[in-house]
Amino acid sequence: MRNSGLPVCPAEFNLCHNGKGKDPIVSDQTARIGVDIGGTFTDVVLETGAARVSTKVLTTYDAPERAILAGIAEICDQAGIAPGEVGQIIHGTTLATNALIERRGAHTALITTEGFRDVIEMRTESRFEQYDLNLKLPDPLIPRNHRHVLDERMDAEGRVLRAPSPEAIAGLVETIRAGEYESVAIGFLHAYANPAHEQAMRAALTAALPDLSISISSEVSPQMREYERFNTTCANAYVKPQMAAYLGRLTERLAEIGAVAPVFLMHSGGGIIDLDTAAEFPVRLVESGPAGGAIFAADLAARHGLDKVLSFDMGGTTAKICLIKGQAPKTARVFEVARSYRFKKGSGMPISIPVIDMVEIGAGGGSLAGVDAMRQIRVGPESASSEPGPACYGRGGTRPAVTDADLVLGRIDPGNFAGGRIVLSTEAAGEALEAHVAGPLELDRLQAAHGVSEMVDETMANAARVHAVENGEDLAEYTMIAFGGAAPLHAARLCQKLGIGRLLVPSGAGVGSAIGFLRAPASFEATQSTYMRLGTYSQSAAVEVLERLGAEARGFVARCAPGAEIGESRRAFMRYVGQGWEIPVELGPDLSPDALRSGFEAAYAVLFGRVVEGLEIEIASWSVNAIAATPPGIGETSPEQDTAADEHLTREIFDPGIGRKTSARVIARGAVGRAPLSGPAVVVERETATVTPTSFAIHAAQDGTLILTREEPA
Amino acid sequence: MTDTVAHQVMWNRLISIVEEQAQALVRTAFSTSVREAGDLSAGVYDSEGRMLAQAVTGTPGHVNAMAESVGHFMREIGVARMSPGDVYITNDPWWGTGHLHDITVVTPVFRDKLVGFFACTAHVVDIGGRGFGADGNSVYEEGLRIPIMHFAREGEVNRDLVGIVRANVREAVQVVGDIHALATCNEVGLRRLTAMMEEFALSDLSAIAGFIFENSRRATLERIAALPRRTAANEMVIDGFATPIRLAVTLQIEEERILADYASTSGTDPKGINVPLVYTQAYTCYALKCAVAPEIPNNWASLAPFEVMAPPGSIVNALDPAPVALRHVIGHMLPDTVLGALHEILPDRVPAEGAGALCNFQISLRPVEGANDPGARRAEVLMFNCGGSGARPGLDGMSATAFPSGVMTMPVEAVEQTGPVIIWQKELRPDSGGAGTHRGGLGQNMQIGAADGYRFDFSAMFDRVHHPARGREGGQPGGATRFTLSDGTEMQGKGRQAIPPGARAVLALPGGGGYGPPGERTPEQIRRDLDLGYVSAEAARRDYGYEE
Repeated sequence: MRNSGLPVCPAEFNLCHNGKGKDPIVSDQTARIGVDIGGTFTDVVLETGAARVSTKVLTTYDAPERAILAGIAEICDQAGIAPGEVGQIIHGTTLATNALIERRGAHTALITTEGFRDVIEMRTESRFEQYDLNLKLPDPLIPRNHRHVLDERMDAEGRVLRAPSPEAIAGLVETIRAGEYESVAIGFLHAYANPAHEQAMRAALTAALPDLSISISSEVSPQMREYERFNTTCANAYVKPQMAAYLGRLTERLAEIGAVAPVFLMHSGGGIIDLDTAAEFPVRLVESGPAGGAIFAADLAARHGLDKVLSFDMGGTTAKICLIKGQAPKTARVFEVARSYRFKKGSGMPISIPVIDMVEIGAGGGSLAGVDAMRQIRVGPESASSEPGPACYGRGGTRPAVTDADLVLGRIDPGNFAGGRIVLSTEAAGEALEAHVAGPLELDRLQAAHGVSEMVDETMANAARVHAVENGEDLAEYTMIAFGGAAPLHAARLCQKLGIGRLLVPSGAGVGSAIGFLRAPASFEATQSTYMRLGTYSQSAAVEVLERLGAEARGFVARCAPGAEIGESRRAFMRYVGQGWEIPVELGPDLSPDALRSGFEAAYAVLFGRVVEGLEIEIASWSVNAIAATPPGIGETSPEQDTAADEHLTREIFDPGIGRKTSARVIARGAVGRAPLSGPAVVVERETATVTPTSFAIHAAQDGTLILTREEPA
Repeated sequence: MTDTVAHQVMWNRLISIVEEQAQALVRTAFSTSVREAGDLSAGVYDSEGRMLAQAVTGTPGHVNAMAESVGHFMREIGVARMSPGDVYITNDPWWGTGHLHDITVVTPVFRDKLVGFFACTAHVVDIGGRGFGADGNSVYEEGLRIPIMHFAREGEVNRDLVGIVRANVREAVQVVGDIHALATCNEVGLRRLTAMMEEFALSDLSAIAGFIFENSRRATLERIAALPRRTAANEMVIDGFATPIRLAVTLQIEEERILADYASTSGTDPKGINVPLVYTQAYTCYALKCAVAPEIPNNWASLAPFEVMAPPGSIVNALDPAPVALRHVIGHMLPDTVLGALHEILPDRVPAEGAGALCNFQISLRPVEGANDPGARRAEVLMFNCGGSGARPGLDGMSATAFPSGVMTMPVEAVEQTGPVIIWQKELRPDSGGAGTHRGGLGQNMQIGAADGYRFDFSAMFDRVHHPARGREGGQPGGATRFTLSDGTEMQGKGRQAIPPGARAVLALPGGGGYGPPGERTPEQIRRDLDLGYVSAEAARRDYGYEE
């Protein structure tokens, strides 16, 4: 294992799109494989120049690579090619996340600054639920007896206050040796400002214990705020030996079947890293699956020329919402993993890494509904999961789930669910709703189902709104892209609630994340913390920083896509002097202090409604994002003709927008054509159905994507 | 759409709106107390000033105080004189949330007519006077008092007021910035409420208010009706400033209300630890709601059945101009007092006593005499820190975790960015959790010094020095607070004290009380405490009779 000599910011780049013949790494004929290991299924997608095959195999927990090999064998067989002909494998996995949630990581120690042994245990010293007297706080990832301290200290500017003695360092090396640790996290105060002590500690450990896995905070997450940085470093150390071993096994086993293509890992920021970087910073693989989903939506946005997109992914237990602007998913610098208390903010552990900024809500098809003390309908986060499943599955579930409500509202065809493999019982769904919602509230079953559906849609809409507000966005200008099994049933209603006028439901949505892995556009973001106050701002220094960052970013992209046209967007992270959180400000060609001030004030006013007069403004850091033009991708094709709707095939559905039942046409997905057809309509396919309400019209794009547009009232 | 479903959707929406409002405040605030610690609150009100929804933030102390505040604004400004674009402000302890450091901002919402209000409150880092601490002899010494007035009139900011604030506070940039942040967050709420009213074609909020109030009131009354109709009393003695303070409460559970009466509580203290009644009501209500109706959201109707009385002039109903800057130190002790009485009525539901008050301090740093560094500056640094909470009937107490307050501590790295202070230690304090079948939460040890070339005054806000948290049902008390200098000199638990140049302030923050007899703690739990260093071998032997 390499433990030293790594750059502070690991190399990280996004692969080129599989374009039409001008891709330098992947020729048009070369097959590429995307693999997404999820909780239940491992999705494998293979694309050759113009065709796509995919499969879902059950995840093999004891050795996840087995499922991958089985999946690859199956799709190569289907496509009629040998594994050796595969040009690239791009992989995303929840293994790191699961290890953190289930606490199945390595025997790990933390070495930290003396006086700060308990930072990861004391957290923010707050309670994430104010009114629960029996609150249980999550256990720290590394228990107290495995947290060791070194007498050392930096100040906030990175100046040495206390240098560690060689004896103290040697003593800790012995502690680590005697403790038989597999992995060590090193996190010292203010190491983001000066990593010298962390590096010295690592050097001593590496010299004495060359096989030890080591993670240092100044490399894993060089950001201010010790709890987040230490916890991220501990999480990295905790999963590192396992992930390194897994990635090693995976490449070996792939080689055994002749699949010698380079393997890349999808990371949580929506880019791709090589195997070495992934093994060094496995915490960056957390959330890679959902990131793939966001990239899948971003790619669709690019192909449809959409600048502002809300991606909406709703499955069985959770829904995920992400803002995609300029065809790039919104990113953040910190998120929370392993929430222990009803998805409640603060009940998990913070991980500060570049991440696609997604809101996860405990709302899916299996989310259970009931009535609380205020006689309010509540939905989720408790889920019926697959066993016993919603009441309508007839497998012993008696509590109503969102799917039961969807069935009673007529959105799902009871005889043709999951391709007809499960026959649903509308009666059982109605009885469950009667017992748990309709009865207590003195509503009829239809009203109860409507209430359940409205509450889950409202919960998701509220989360989307809060997320938009936090980012200063007006969702009325957005287009929604919906995927995941339950999303097409609820997406149009969500659009109505959010004032969104256009909705896309792509094909291939069931394996969206794995397809997304193959769609990451060539891009690289270079960032640097260079502090400047506008009052003493030097334009030439700013130009120099941006040009250096631009050259670095373009270099990565050019390696990935030589000859491609590379665009560049530059941002400054700015705030009023004294504020704690910066806001990103897009920079134009004019870098004068006046231009920066007006750019900041405009962005601030968008976010917060007003500017503050007479305050100084500062710039905390800079970034340049280089991105290669994305060539058009492959997709399905839809019929050229008008929708082949059978006039006699209709179903009664409840339309919440008009508040009553209405007769909707039922159309097979493949029969939807190019000319818009006014709702109400239900477009059915194997795993789901797209509900088109009265106020929307539906048609298919050339690539098979369903497009719903709001019809203005006449 | 059926009205029931529509109203449910709107109620959810209002709660979401106030969360957005609070979020906007966190993101635009300047003081670490707001942006890092979450010492703020936000709420929406109907046109009669009744609270419809409140964001769940770190401050139960703002709950009722905020709920009442809007009524004062309606009276003082006059509803007829309110206009769109107006923003009102106060930090009056008796009209706001109990001390001058909390600034409350209220914004009226107009459609065709006045339909409601948004209000929010935040703790600013300084308000002038003596600085944040217990030393004032009257509210006049504690800083600038802003009576209820316009911060903005029809969109135009009151520059005179801003100038007066700027001239009177130590960290003008942060304080003025925070006032703007408060106004901004109300505006975020206002925009969203307006959009909701358009979506649902509402001309006013009366129908949704009626729905929220009716359901909240019924749910709360059902909970109260399920309790035994009994009366119980409890007393707790705490340090106070110079003389101990007796907190005494009698709880009376009736069919449609719970009455808490602080009749024989100590009188007003000469120093700034007195509590205006709004703050007493807030923490009393909070304790009762935790135990009786935890999941019912706060609004005018759900709070109404909890009635709180205290004799005027007592320390929990201090009258203008009593000094009140540190009202939280006493106010945070009220839940332990109330829960102790409730334990008599509802056994096995409430925790043992804990640290109670947040263990906050504010330090004032300045260059040492004779230093001649033009870059040197003065700085005020406020830190929130927590002791241990009391053990629960089935669980250990929480270590270094706020209760009853819910604010977050500031990261040490963020604190050290705000001034020339060095936090040398901040970690758990072994052996401070009261022994018991379930152990009290641990307090923490801290050491604070100044950077080279600086010295500082230390404004202490600690209790439980002489009166540690008591255990329940045979559990032992938690460790007492200690405040010394690095040379061992004993310091006072409250008040501003100079730290000699080069010395450090050394704090041992209190632990929570134990629950149940220590003899019934399982050997596995004791061994785990030993392994993790929560309990020393010596204490295990002494408190639990445990030998390895």
